[in-house]
Amino acid sequence: MWPHRGISLQAPILPEKEGEIHIIDFDDENNIINKNVLLHQAGEIWHISASPADRGVLATCYNRTSDSKVLTCAAVWRMPKELESGSHESPDDSSSTAQTLELLCHLDNTAHSNMACVVWEPMGDGKKIISLADNHILLWDLQESSSQAVLASSASLGGKGQLKFTSGRWSPHHNCTQVATANDTTLRGWDTRSMSQIYCIENAHGQLVRDLDFNPNKQYYLASCGDDCKVKFWDTRNVTEPVKTLEEHSHWVWNVRYNHSHDQLVLTGSSDSRVILSNMVSISSEPFGHLVDDDDISDQEDHRSEEKSKEPLQDNVIATYEEHEDSVYAVDWSSADPWLFASLSYDGRLVINRVPRALKYHILL
Amino acid sequence: MAPGSASSPSPSFPASRPWAAVGAMAAAAAAGPSPGSRPGDSPEGPEGEAPERRRKAHGMLKLYYGLSEGEAAGRPAGPDPLDPTDLNGAHFDPEVYLDKLRRECPLAQLMDSETDMVRQIRALDSDMQTLVYENYNKFISATDTIRKMKNDFRKMEDEMDRLATNMAVITDFSARISATLQDRHERITKLAGVHALLRKLQFLFELPSRLTKCVELGAYGQAVRYQGRAQAVLQQYQHLPSFRAIQDDCQVITARLAQQLRQRFREGGSGAPEQAECVELLLALGEPAEELCEEFLAHARGRLEEELRSLEAELGPSPPAPDVLEFTDHGGSGFVGGLCQVAAAYQELFAAQGPAGAERLAAFARELGSRYFALVERRLAQEQGGGDNSLLVRALDRFHRRLRAPGALLAAAGLAEAATEIVERVARERLGHHLQGLRAAFLGCLTDVRQALAAPRVAGKEGPGLAELLANVASSILSHIKASLAAVHLFTAKEVSFSNKPYFRGEFCSQGVREGLIVGFIRSMCQTAQSFCDSPGEKGGATPPALLLLLSRLCLDYETATISYILTLTDEQFLVQVGLLYEEGVRKAQSSDSSKRTFSVYSSSRQQGRYAPSYTPSAPMDTNLLSNIQKLFSERIDVFSPVEFNKVSVLTGIIKISLKTLLECVRLRTFGRFGLQQVQVDCHFLQLYLWRFVADEELVHLLLDEVVASAALRCPDPVPMEPSVVEVICERG
Repeated sequence: MWPHRGISLQAPILPEKEGEIHIIDFDDENNIINKNVLLHQAGEIWHISASPADRGVLATCYNRTSDSKVLTCAAVWRMPKELESGSHESPDDSSSTAQTLELLCHLDNTAHSNMACVVWEPMGDGKKIISLADNHILLWDLQESSSQAVLASSASLGGKGQLKFTSGRWSPHHNCTQVATANDTTLRGWDTRSMSQIYCIENAHGQLVRDLDFNPNKQYYLASCGDDCKVKFWDTRNVTEPVKTLEEHSHWVWNVRYNHSHDQLVLTGSSDSRVILSNMVSISSEPFGHLVDDDDISDQEDHRSEEKSKEPLQDNVIATYEEHEDSVYAVDWSSADPWLFASLSYDGRLVINRVPRALKYHILL
Repeated sequence: MAPGSASSPSPSFPASRPWAAVGAMAAAAAAGPSPGSRPGDSPEGPEGEAPERRRKAHGMLKLYYGLSEGEAAGRPAGPDPLDPTDLNGAHFDPEVYLDKLRRECPLAQLMDSETDMVRQIRALDSDMQTLVYENYNKFISATDTIRKMKNDFRKMEDEMDRLATNMAVITDFSARISATLQDRHERITKLAGVHALLRKLQFLFELPSRLTKCVELGAYGQAVRYQGRAQAVLQQYQHLPSFRAIQDDCQVITARLAQQLRQRFREGGSGAPEQAECVELLLALGEPAEELCEEFLAHARGRLEEELRSLEAELGPSPPAPDVLEFTDHGGSGFVGGLCQVAAAYQELFAAQGPAGAERLAAFARELGSRYFALVERRLAQEQGGGDNSLLVRALDRFHRRLRAPGALLAAAGLAEAATEIVERVARERLGHHLQGLRAAFLGCLTDVRQALAAPRVAGKEGPGLAELLANVASSILSHIKASLAAVHLFTAKEVSFSNKPYFRGEFCSQGVREGLIVGFIRSMCQTAQSFCDSPGEKGGATPPALLLLLSRLCLDYETATISYILTLTDEQFLVQVGLLYEEGVRKAQSSDSSKRTFSVYSSSRQQGRYAPSYTPSAPMDTNLLSNIQKLFSERIDVFSPVEFNKVSVLTGIIKISLKTLLECVRLRTFGRFGLQQVQVDCHFLQLYLWRFVADEELVHLLLDEVVASAALRCPDPVPMEPSVVEVICERG
């Protein structure tokens, strides 16, 4: 995942017993990669998300082993100052002496364990955070500069059997009042004001839903992926069937991510060791290419945009990246450069790729 | 080259121009003996122009001696050839050079360079002199040669003049001779003309008698030809009484001739070619073509209808109809042959009639043709129930082949198309017939099976086993299908004339045989089976479960192998291009039972080699490195790869998916020490037993190794079980 500072990625799943966070800075111009290691002593990290307001703050879900029992907890942390500022004059030093995260608060509640996922309110001031624990969805208020977390409200899934949330996303639309969650094969939408369910897509996937993401530009669209090797695109106003389905992967799809600015670019990572970048033009916010604003249309541009709109725009796979040797568990876009993305696989390999230049110009021009 | 243009060295820099000096001296030497030297060219050019010209001259000289700039200077091509301070360069500028020398060099060096230069000049001078001496002889001999050539040419000019006068005299004589002969030539031409005219007149006067004689002898053709030749002349000169008489006589005779010809034509007994001849003559005599055309067709119709009637008689209900091959043969030679003759004659005779005539013929052919086709179809319909395809196909082939000739002659009548249509229709009906036959055979088989299932209970002994029954059913169906395919295949045999029609090329094979016959039959089989399953509740009609079992097994076999086999067979026989041809599964490097033991040893030793270092916590990097290197060399496993329709492939697919799922699940867990050991045991057990189900056992090894490695990584306290213990546990199971 890419927090807002510069370009850095934090590895969600690392096999170390002591969790480590690797902050990786990628200098685009010089093609230099800097790595900083932050020790996360509480345990191995399963999920991580950065505060939208304070770039030094992040939340993690981690495993804690005690008495041969494994507990998954969640906590909010602060990075050391010098990393936060993004200055890396001496990368050698920082990589040799790993620094430690400063604990701000636990998102803990004895009643709920097994935190699957923590999500920050995307546009807010970094005070609201949602965590998914077993079959509960918990909304926390962070107070006193994040040092104290108060459970604001919660809701839980009723139903037969052991229901467990696997993943969740906070919608950037509707004034940030919607959260979507996945449990088993079902996708659900929640209103954070009333903590009530607003929509439910039963059997969204044939098997477990692994991840979901909201279209950053189209408020009712979201993408989901799962163990049936499919990526599906939904319009939450019509939950009976998906708008579009992609079947490019040959194993479970673990991650799906919309590009933050050009929502036709969709990135998926799968345990078939492939990362696939798709161009979903037909259901994007720019189905007819980049529309030029009316006021600055000169004759030439006018002509060009006309040409554009005539071109048949088709959904297609732009590229399949096969650099990984093992299952890919995380992919994300850079928050600083919309044409950059990274993927992380089980063997610890992080691959940073760019959107193909030709496509970039095609989208921009 | 004008030697003067080489010019002399500029007096101001004598020492610095070795090449200029050479050029000037060579020029001077050459100029001496040359008769072509022009004294007007002053060696002293205008002052400003001089260096320019000199340089040009150098260039030309060098060009003449075939030296490149660099070689000419006798130095490596390294330095800039445009350097004005390069003494031997083409662009040498003495001013600049001198300036440079004066500015840069101390006095001593200046002196040195001066002496050096003087020495060079001297050397060059002496070289030059030897060159001049050596070449002096050649100059002299060249001058001599030129002088001699001058003399020779003068002599030649005189002779040319003499030749020109002689030619003029000859031309004069020739003109006079032709003038004298002119007169006589004209007279001869005139006489020849008169002679020809007289012969023509004689022919005309003799014409009536000749015509009469011809008519009497029956040489109608000759008569018509004479008449045709004389007609125009008589027409032109009919105002002259003598010619008039001749014309009248001729007309009378011609009328008689026409009469006789018509008579002959009407009698008609003398066959088509003679009739055609009559018509041709009548046409030549200027009889109205329309009328003749009608009459001609009417006659032809009579004859062809005769043929059709005889065919119909063969069809007739009472007599034992001849076989279909004979019938089509008969029709082909009788009717179609006649039609061909008529059409050919008509087209030859009435070509002048234009499109209207052709249209009439086409209508004629269409009408008769459709009657013929109706007869043929009636005959073929009688054949429909019969089983012998080869005879039918041969008959159709004859039929189709015969109709190709009139088809080509009478494209407008659409006979060939109609014939092809008939053939296609018959082919389709045959397909339907075979499908029906296959269905009946299948149902028959099922009835047999039912009886067999019902009967043996009474005998007390176990009757034929289900497997045997199944084999019987399968083989009998397969043989039926093969027989049908072989029968239908006759339609597309190469030597059959219609097999290259587009229908038989494409649709017949793909739609008709493949989809219609084979797939249709399989569908109906499925339907039948389905209906057995769907009607369990009915009283009395309950299907025996053994039959259901047998049917299910049959369907399964069909799904896994037989259908693909049949379709492949069909595709091969009928050349259908199908991208997906199912193939039998191939098991890669199948382990025999005896290899099992060696395998387990091998795998355990491999495991040891691989995991032993990874479990020592001191070297975690090595593990990663090791597994990465391992992965580098192993192929990527495509978990949901396409599956072929055979048992091995399906099982391999299932096992791959299951193992990959196990791997992913293991990675999501955290294991205790015993958890890891359990995974170890499980994986080893799977390794012992899974290999026999997959196409490539290496796959299983890879995935299981991966599982154990992942479990080890997911374990905070990885103490693996001893491989020997693992083996013992598994063996005991």
